[in-house]
Amino acid sequence: MTRNHPSTRPERRKPAGATAMRLVVPLQGVVQGRGGLILGSLIPCALFYFLQFYMKRHRSPKPSSDPPSPSTSSSNLPELTRTSSRSSLSTRGSFGPARVSTRASSIAKQTDSLYYVGLDKVKEDPYHRTDNPDGIIQLGLSENSLCLDLIEKWVLENLTDSIMGTNGGDLSISGIAMYQPFDGMMELKVAMAGFMSQVMGQRVSFDPSQIILTAGATPAVEILSFCLADHGNAFLVPTPYYPGFDRDVRLRTGVELIPVHCRSSDNFIVSISALDQAFNQTRKRGLKVRGILISNPANPVGNILPRETIYDLLDFAREKNIHIISDEIYGGCTYGSEEFISMAEILDSEDFDKSRVHIVYGLSKDLSLPGFRVGVIYSYNESVLAAAKKLTRFSSISALTQRLLVPMLSDTKFIQEYIETNRRRIKKLCNSFVAGLKQLGIKCADSNAGLYCWADMSELIPSYSEKGELELWDKLLNIAKINVTPGSACHCIEPGWFRCCFTTLAQEDIPVVIERIRRVAETSKSSS
Amino acid sequence: MLSRKASCDAHGQDSSYFLGWQAYENNPYHQVDNPSGIIQMGLAENQLSFDLLESWLASNPDAVGMKRNGESVFKELALFQDYHGLPAFKNELVKLMSKIRGDKAKFDPKKLVLTAGATSANETLMFCLADPGEAFLLPTPYYPGFDRDLKWRPDVEIVPIHCSSSNGFRITMPALEEAYERAQRLNLKVKGVLVTNPSNPLGTTLTRDELNHLITFAIAKRIHIMSDEIYSGTVFDSPRFISITEAVMDRNLEDTDLWSRIHIVYSLSKDLGLPGFRVGMIYSNNETVVAAATKMSSFGLISSQTQFLLANMLADKKFTCKYMKENGKRLKKRMEMLVSGLKMAGVRCLKSNAGLFCWVDMRHLLVSNTFEAEKELWKKIIFEVGLNISPGSSCHCTEPGWFRVCFANMSEDTLQVSLRRIKAFVESNISGCSQQQQRRGSIIGKWVSKLSSSDPEPDR
Repeated sequence: MTRNHPSTRPERRKPAGATAMRLVVPLQGVVQGRGGLILGSLIPCALFYFLQFYMKRHRSPKPSSDPPSPSTSSSNLPELTRTSSRSSLSTRGSFGPARVSTRASSIAKQTDSLYYVGLDKVKEDPYHRTDNPDGIIQLGLSENSLCLDLIEKWVLENLTDSIMGTNGGDLSISGIAMYQPFDGMMELKVAMAGFMSQVMGQRVSFDPSQIILTAGATPAVEILSFCLADHGNAFLVPTPYYPGFDRDVRLRTGVELIPVHCRSSDNFIVSISALDQAFNQTRKRGLKVRGILISNPANPVGNILPRETIYDLLDFAREKNIHIISDEIYGGCTYGSEEFISMAEILDSEDFDKSRVHIVYGLSKDLSLPGFRVGVIYSYNESVLAAAKKLTRFSSISALTQRLLVPMLSDTKFIQEYIETNRRRIKKLCNSFVAGLKQLGIKCADSNAGLYCWADMSELIPSYSEKGELELWDKLLNIAKINVTPGSACHCIEPGWFRCCFTTLAQEDIPVVIERIRRVAETSKSSS
Repeated sequence: MLSRKASCDAHGQDSSYFLGWQAYENNPYHQVDNPSGIIQMGLAENQLSFDLLESWLASNPDAVGMKRNGESVFKELALFQDYHGLPAFKNELVKLMSKIRGDKAKFDPKKLVLTAGATSANETLMFCLADPGEAFLLPTPYYPGFDRDLKWRPDVEIVPIHCSSSNGFRITMPALEEAYERAQRLNLKVKGVLVTNPSNPLGTTLTRDELNHLITFAIAKRIHIMSDEIYSGTVFDSPRFISITEAVMDRNLEDTDLWSRIHIVYSLSKDLGLPGFRVGMIYSNNETVVAAATKMSSFGLISSQTQFLLANMLADKKFTCKYMKENGKRLKKRMEMLVSGLKMAGVRCLKSNAGLFCWVDMRHLLVSNTFEAEKELWKKIIFEVGLNISPGSSCHCTEPGWFRVCFANMSEDTLQVSLRRIKAFVESNISGCSQQQQRRGSIIGKWVSKLSSSDPEPDR
C-alpha cells in the first residue's frame, strides 16, 4: 500500500479526496505505525463514499410530479423534464411498480389555465334565453355559429348525393371506407386550395401540392413544431397569444415558447426590437430559437398584421435563419376596413425566402366546422412537406368528412355567399357589442378580424396587477355570470385586458351581457 | 433547417415492408387493364363486406344525413369538438367491445379515449406509459408500424421477445425473461410488454397459457401490459378470443395493482373494414392514463360526423350481429382458399384462426437459411411472380423464410390468380426451370430502377 502524497495530488483530486488526505497525514502522526496507516486510509475512504452518496442523493433528477401554483402570467404547464432513464436506472429500478410516464403524470395533474376553467364552468350552467336565463353566458369560446344555418341548408340539399352515389364507382362506400392517403385526398386538397384563395379575397392562389391536411389546426401546429424544432429548442411568440398554443406546441414536443411582449401603445403589434431582444435573451439562456409563431389575424387581439410588419418579420427570420409559422385560421373572419394579407400573398409577389414560411389554416373558424376536424399545413419547403406528410399518419381527417367537404368547398357560389354573409353578421354583432361596452366606458383594441373583441377593463380592476385582473375575472364569472378570457391566460403583459367572443350570441343577448357587466362595473368602480 | 426527428428515419418508412408497396403502386394489378401487374397482398385491409355496410347506409339516411328522428342535428355536430367524445358513440363502442369478448367483461365508457385511428392510440398510449429512452418488450414477429408508433416521437425503445416456429411462435416464459435480461444489459428500463392479440402477422389468438405467462411476468417485474386487440372482431375459428381483461379477471386480479397497468387498444379499421374513417381508441383502467390520453387526443380527434354515423350503426344490434357473423364466415372461406391453394403448391402456413392474413412458411424455397436469401426470394416474388407480400424480416422475425400474405383486400378471382402464380413459381423454382424468369425479366429492370429513385409510400 503506497502512501499518498498530498503535495503532488490535491489539485487533481475531487474535494472529498483532498479533504481526506488532509486527515491522513495528521492521523498518521497521531496513531503511530500501521494502525495509523490503516485508520488514515479507512477514514478518508469512508468520508469519500459518504460524500459521493450525499451528492448523488441531491443530484438525481426529480420527476416533476408537483403541479406549479396556478400562476397564469407564465404558462400553466410545468417544465417537462426529460428524465434519462439510463442515468437514473439504479435509483428507480426497484422502487415500486412501473408508473406512467413523467409526461402523463404532469399532464393529468396540471391545474388548467383559467381559459379552460371558465369553459368548464359554463358547461355546468349554460345560459339559455328562455330555459335558463340566469345561466352563465359564454364569451370565452371563439366559435362562430352565425352562419351555420347556411351550411346546414347546403348539407341538407346536397349531402346524400355527395356521400352515397347511387351507382357505385367513385362514390361507393369502398371509396371512403378504405385507407386513404394520410395527408388527405387530392380532391380535397384541390378544393381546399380554391377555398383558401376565395376566403382571402382571391388575392393569392394556393398550390394543392403544397397542402397537407390534418385532423384540425391543433395537430397542424404540433406537427410543424416536431418538424422544425428539437426537444429543448424554442419558438418566439408575440403576446398576448392564444392559450391553446401552450398545449399545441409544448405538450409533447418539448419545445419552449418564449413570449415577446407587445404593448397597447402599439396596438399589440410586435416590434422587431422586442423580437431581437427576446432572441438574444433566449440565446443567453442556452436555448436555440428555431422559429417565430404568429397568429394573423391575431388571437386574442383581432388585428391584422400590417404589410410592413410582415416584411420586417421575414427579414428578421432570414437574418436569424429561423422559421415562421403563421396561423391564419381567422383569415376569412375579417369584417373591418383593412384587408387581410396572407403570408402567401407576400411570398407570391415579393422576393423573400419561401422555404422558412409555413402557414396553418383550418375550417373551424371560417366555416364553423370545428367538430369535423379539418386543418391545413401549407408550406413552401419540400422537406417539411415530406416530414409533415408522414406525421399525418397520426392525425388524418375522416374520409367520410373529406367526401362531404369536397363538393361544399368547390361550390364557389355557395362559398361566396357564405363568406359575405358571415362577414356582414360578424360586423353587425361586433359593432353592437363594442358600442355596448363603450357605453360602460370600456374601450376595445382596434380590431378588424376574429370572432371576439379585446376589451380594456383595467379601470375596473381593484389593483393594476394580475391579481386584480383575476379578481375581476372571478366576479364576472360568478356574479355577472359571463365567461370571458382574462389577458393573463393569454400571457398579456398589461393587466386588465379581456377577450370577449361575441359570435355565439344572438343580437338580443347583447343587452343582457352589457347589463350584467354594468352591474359588476358599478360595484367595481365604487369600491376602488 | 429541420429538426432531428424530421430528418431521421425512425419513422421506419424506408423498411422493406413499405418498399414493396411502392413497387405495387407503380405497377398495380388490374383484372382488365393490367393483368400482369403486381397483386397487392401486403395490405391488411378487409374489403370482403362492403356490400353489408353499403346496404345499411342506404337504408339509414338519417344517420348519413346527420338527423335524429328526422330533425337535423347538423349544427350540434358541426360545433362538437369535446375531447371526451360523443357519449352515444362511446356507449356503443364499449358494448361492441364487450360483445366481441363474449360478454365476459363489461367496459366503462369513462375509461375509453377516442383517437384518430389505432396508430394514434398506440402512439398516445406510449407517450403516457414511457419516458424517452425507456423500453417496451414486443414478441416477434410484430407489426412493422410499431417501430414508427413507439420509437419516432415517443422515443421509446423496442426490445424484441424472440419467438420461434418450433412452438408456433408462442410466447414462453423463458423468452420473456431472456428479453428482460437483454434489456437490462442494454441499460434500458422496461416499462411494459406490448402484445397484439390476435397477432399481426401470425393471425393467431393468444392462448390461455401465453396470457398467464404475460400476467405472471408483468406482476413479477411490475410492468404494464398493453394489448393491441384491433383484430379481435376478425376471429373466424376456434379457439375463441380471450382478451387480456378476461385472463386477468379469471385470476381474480381486479383488485390488485396490476389492474391499473392493463391497457387495450382497439379500432374499427379491421373489424368493420373502415380504416378510412380513422376510428381508434384506448381503454385503460388507469385514471392518470385516461386523463392524460384524453388531453393528448386533441391532436387526433374523430370527426363528429363520423362518430354520429357510427353510433347509429353500432346501435343497430341486428346489423352488427349479422355483420360480424357474415364477415367472419367470409374471412374463414378466404383464408381456407389461400391455405389450400398454397398447400397445392407445396407451401405451408401457420394454422390461424383470426386476422386478414396468413403467416406463410417459405423456408424451403430459400437458397440458404439467411435473411439475404429471404430478401432475394422476396424480390423474386415481387418482380417475377408479381405479388407484394411482406417479408418476415420487416416484422423482425428471427427466422428467415416466413412471409405475411393478406387475403381480404382483393376479389376471389384475384386471389385465384395469385395462387396460380405462386404454384407456377414454386414448380419452376423446384424444377430449376427459368421460363418464369424470362417472362418477368423485363419487369425487373423497369421497376428496380423506379424503386431506387422514388419516395416510399406511407404504410397501411
